[in-house]
Amino acid sequence: MLIVDNELCVGCGVCEDNCAFAAIEVKDGLAVVGDACTLCGSCVDVCEVEALTLEGVEKSVQVDLESWSGVWVYCEFRAGSLAPVSLELLGVGRKLADARGVDLSAVLIGADTGETAAQLIGHGADTVYRVDNPSLQYFTDEAYGAVLTDLITKHKPEIVLAGATAIGRSFIPGVANSLGAGLTADCTELAIREDDGALLQTRPAFGGNIMATIVCPSSRPQMSTVRPKVMKPLEFDASRNGVVEDIAVTAEQLQTKVRVLESVISEQDNVNIQESDILIGGGRGLDSEKGFKLIRELAESMDAAVSASRAVVDAGWIGYPHQVGQTGKTVAPKLYIACGISGAIQHVAGMQSSETIVAINRDKDAPIFDVADFGLVGDLFEIIPILINKIEGNRGS
Amino acid sequence: MNIIVCIKQVPDAKDVRLDPETNTLAREGVQSIMNPYDQHALEEAVSLREQLGGKVTVLTMGPPQAEEILKQAISCGADKGVLVSDRAFAGADTWATSYTLAKAVEKIGDFDLILCGKQAIDGDTAQVGPGLAIRLDIPFVTCIQNIREASESELVMERMMDDGYDVVAVSCPVLLTVVKDLNTPRVPSLKGKMKAKKAEFTVLSAEDIGADAACIGLAGSPTQVVDVFPPKPRGGRAILNGSMEEQIEQLVEKLAVYL
Ligand SMILES: Cc1cc2nc3c(=O)[nH]c(=O)nc-3n(C[C@H](O)[C@H](O)[C@H](O)COP(=O)(O)OP(=O)(O)OC[C@H]3O[C@@H](n4cnc5c(N)ncnc54)[C@H](O)[C@@H]3O)c2cc1C
Ligand SMILES: Nc1ncnc2c1ncn2[C@@H]1O[C@H](COP(=O)(O)O)[C@@H](O)[C@H]1O
Repeated sequence: MLIVDNELCVGCGVCEDNCAFAAIEVKDGLAVVGDACTLCGSCVDVCEVEALTLEGVEKSVQVDLESWSGVWVYCEFRAGSLAPVSLELLGVGRKLADARGVDLSAVLIGADTGETAAQLIGHGADTVYRVDNPSLQYFTDEAYGAVLTDLITKHKPEIVLAGATAIGRSFIPGVANSLGAGLTADCTELAIREDDGALLQTRPAFGGNIMATIVCPSSRPQMSTVRPKVMKPLEFDASRNGVVEDIAVTAEQLQTKVRVLESVISEQDNVNIQESDILIGGGRGLDSEKGFKLIRELAESMDAAVSASRAVVDAGWIGYPHQVGQTGKTVAPKLYIACGISGAIQHVAGMQSSETIVAINRDKDAPIFDVADFGLVGDLFEIIPILINKIEGNRGS
Repeated sequence: MNIIVCIKQVPDAKDVRLDPETNTLAREGVQSIMNPYDQHALEEAVSLREQLGGKVTVLTMGPPQAEEILKQAISCGADKGVLVSDRAFAGADTWATSYTLAKAVEKIGDFDLILCGKQAIDGDTAQVGPGLAIRLDIPFVTCIQNIREASESELVMERMMDDGYDVVAVSCPVLLTVVKDLNTPRVPSLKGKMKAKKAEFTVLSAEDIGADAACIGLAGSPTQVVDVFPPKPRGGRAILNGSMEEQIEQLVEKLAVYL
């Protein structure tokens, strides 16, 4: 709890100015803590008269931090292929492992993984724990969770990273809870703190309005899921050395109450919009399904995938897996072209960390232009055909 | 079928704004709403009860004013509401929240199904549902987009994946988290509103649920926020000039690196 010592408080208001959550206020000359307080401690640090203290922070259970060592990456493998985010995680994982002076290991779970383990070594892993078994062909939280939990318990890595994908964000929270470990969701930045080697995990909160840096001071492993497309993979290096350790699964690990009857891969479009380098986002400005055909053509000319605002998904022009935003997916492509999207905060929350944003909208006051790096004010039915022409012309030459 | 729905009160995104001068979240005029995903969880619970009988209990952990969303849930068809509220819960991360909700669920007892939203839109973590299931030692399935068949013995449903969907079957008890494709939440009926007005809720403290002080609130949270700061500002409002042809020409040049 955040305690204000009324004897010491001088009502200067420094705490109020430093609270990102507007949760402390000076009333009648004294600081008063409100319900929005997240106990982040920013105010405690800035209070010059030391009138503020955080109570109840001391952990009763302390793990032996020293006995946990090494950086692990869960490498997602589904329907015969490796999720691209796995290589991105090995890239950042390598940096973290080098900063800590420890090994980087990959955990590969699935069926018929073929040459994938060698690929993981070429991309930075020192060790690959390969759990390849026909019964792991389909993802289930229970089996994948049991396999990973048991491996972590045995080898005690200090850091475990996984992609913030449908699979990662489903079973990793279960693993963290089984281990009693802290888990930070959907991180966009990871670093090692110099003083004590702790993992600094940075992630957006409140629809991207605020960034928060999080640590797990007294639990191990430190676990994060990481947003696809924000970390960079290392170049593949065939000369890199590594060890592949094959791990057998136990009958107990495979005992699951959830049965996968069928896995249906979507035929229409590429629905995995989080893994796409370029996204063409369509909004209500497309006017109809026919307008949507236009952005599909644009997407084709650029090898891009198609995403949409909620308004368009609700209208039924494209499926929910394509929805970007607060109640859809969060994406961070290299390029996002918003066509006929007004830029409501709920949409922007899902795409504002894209590297470059282009907006095409006929309303020059549309909020989408506030986040756009390049804006075109005009009728998209005029602009897009010319754009397609120019791109295809350039490609041809 | 007895169903518990976990619902959370969150600030409405359209009101959450960063004050450009102080870089803090502006509090004035921020409305609180029921987390949008949880509205879909509630709708599914109510319609399953309509098919199969039983009762729907909504459960929330939050400050006293979180009663508002319990009222709203009653007006949309829930039978009963439970508020878990205690100053000692302040600062809980998803781990401590899962623990607290699990203790409350054990106290409520007698359930076949627990429904959660996929994630809460304030923190966007999507971790409480799975965490709660692990603590209760029941199976869970996340991101349900469709329930094909439901009976007290078995559920067959579609789980949204990145590349399509999986069809999965599971027997109760089970915890599911849901996405918004699942259904369209109903608007409160007049009768519902009347019922909500009169509704009284069970309020449970840390002591009432027998929570271990070391596992709740800030002390029970393995993750700790050490810094909060505004995101890097985006360029913004860089509207291109010239005739439309020229603008498109410029754009294609700028985008050359991506093509
Ligand atoms: C709880 C909640 C959650 C939500 N979650 C999401 C979410 O996850 N994702 C999401 O996207 N939204 C979400 N929304 C909805 C959001 O608030 C907006 O309503 C929605 O994003 C608007 O979609 P739009 O930009 O396509 O449509 P509009 O706001 O109608 O904008 C259409 C734009 O197209 C422009 N236009 C029209 N014709 C043309 C033309 N011929 N040429 C060029 N420009 C043209 C117009 O100027 C306008 O700016 C949510 C809302 C709520 C309340
Ligand atoms: N304080 C809470 N009270 C009740 N349910 C909650 C609470 N926090 C989270 N939940 C449930 O867990 C889901 C996921 O939340 P989160 O992990 O915070 O993104 C929500 O959609 C709710 O169903």
